[in-house]
Amino acid sequence: MTSDQFRRIWFRFGELVTEHRDELNRLDAAIGDADHGTNLARGLAKVAADLGADGASTHLAGSCRQVGMALLSTVGGASGALWGSALLRAAGALPEAEACDTATAVAAARQVVDAMQSRGHAELGDKTMIDVWRPAVALLEASVAEGMSGPQAAVAVAERAVTLADATAPLVARRGRASYLGARSAGHVDPGSVSTALFWRAVADTVAHS
Amino acid sequence: MKKVLNRVEDVVDEALEGFQAAFPTYLRRVEGTHVLTRARPKRSGLVGLVSGGGSGHEPAHGGYVGYGMLDAAVAGEVFTSPTPDQVLAGIRAADRGAGVLLIIKNYTGDVMNFEIAQEMAQADGIRVDAVVVDDDVAVDGSLYTTGRRGIAGTVFVHKAAGAAAEQGASLDEVRDAARAAIAHVRSMGFALAPCTVPAAGDPTFTLGEAEMELGIGIHGEPGTERRSVATADDLANMILGRLSEDLALAPGSRLAAMVNGMGATPLLELAVLARRTGQWAREAGHQMDVMWLGEFMTSLEMAGASLTLMRLDDRLAMLIAAPADTPALRQGVVHD
Repeated sequence: MTSDQFRRIWFRFGELVTEHRDELNRLDAAIGDADHGTNLARGLAKVAADLGADGASTHLAGSCRQVGMALLSTVGGASGALWGSALLRAAGALPEAEACDTATAVAAARQVVDAMQSRGHAELGDKTMIDVWRPAVALLEASVAEGMSGPQAAVAVAERAVTLADATAPLVARRGRASYLGARSAGHVDPGSVSTALFWRAVADTVAHS
Repeated sequence: MKKVLNRVEDVVDEALEGFQAAFPTYLRRVEGTHVLTRARPKRSGLVGLVSGGGSGHEPAHGGYVGYGMLDAAVAGEVFTSPTPDQVLAGIRAADRGAGVLLIIKNYTGDVMNFEIAQEMAQADGIRVDAVVVDDDVAVDGSLYTTGRRGIAGTVFVHKAAGAAAEQGASLDEVRDAARAAIAHVRSMGFALAPCTVPAAGDPTFTLGEAEMELGIGIHGEPGTERRSVATADDLANMILGRLSEDLALAPGSRLAAMVNGMGATPLLELAVLARRTGQWAREAGHQMDVMWLGEFMTSLEMAGASLTLMRLDDRLAMLIAAPADTPALRQGVVHD
């Protein structure tokens, strides 16, 4: 992965979230407070501005840290704390260089999942974005271990992420605001899982077309 | 959507400016932030109190910044927790050298963002402790969920901890006062109509003419149960019964109560709930020290109310009765 690709992933993620903002808000209205799309779009607009600013870092670790700080300080809510903590942690796994090998990029993705779980304490099946993140990163690791190229693996993960997000619908939420609804949270897709699937689509769109 | 707004994205910023314009002797905005702090800071050597959360709960939390209550309030976007950098600015503004207590409502986002800010402030050498308010009896408090939410009872916690801090208690003592308040306070709310988050533009849920949501939070989210509308007395009986059971109230308990409007329920109707709350306490043989009636922790223009009971011992009774002088709560003697 190059630092140019890394930045373009975030520009693309921002486009996708803006495109799906109303849908994400609608999903959130059903089991939360109707602002997931708005908050994430606001944060990603700041990310794009920071990454494109004069004097922005040109190496991977620095760019990743910028993304983490921007998300932490503009998204708000649980999403901001989780995405922000995760990207700050992932920055530690990336080199202060313009490119890294696939194994390093995969290790950074693993740091994202670990940081989200240690900050948010969510487990698989709690109806949170961990339901997409954890199996997605496991698939990424397995695909690369089997010899798939980074771009091929990213496309496979992006496809699986959509299925994983849909699979949150029947679950009863045990974390986050949806958990207050108890059994009434079943029958609705988790909005954080849907935006996570959009992130993986942004990764696939970017690396498969470079 | 019909609202009194300029641009939707400016509502929080402009409201904070408005609070400062309306209460210049009480409030000062920390420049470049969403933090309201005391216009006249308390003397150094006293513990600072910081609370906050999403906007849309006015007068919470900025309305409680002042003598006897908070030192700084941090506002997030509507119904969205403030970010850690904002909370950190609030901690710095509140620090008078004796440490800072964070009063957090139990929501996943609030807890995480305040926690990150606490870690940042501690790294800067500020002593910071935190309590989490979880007074809502409507949600299951089992270990497998996020736990109970923090709702209107939080204002009693601000009051108790704020009084302790003003009286010169140490950070540990202020934290213990807050914990005692949390241990003895319970709330539950209902909605007759939803609210509309400005950035979303549509009501958060829909209710039939004869329906209500019981067990609502303070973010326009649906409740734990939908049922037919009931009379004010039936509603009060049902909620007070739940609160009393959860507090395991023995006859003759000493209580503080709060009848809190959610934003669009007239004081006339809230007063009918207050009437029944007073009757209920007398019938149960309880001693009602004080009842607060009005809007303390709202959910935009949601129609409905919440009831809060706090069981008082001598210390909590003293802390709740102590003087306070803030934009939204003024009681007792004039301070120096």
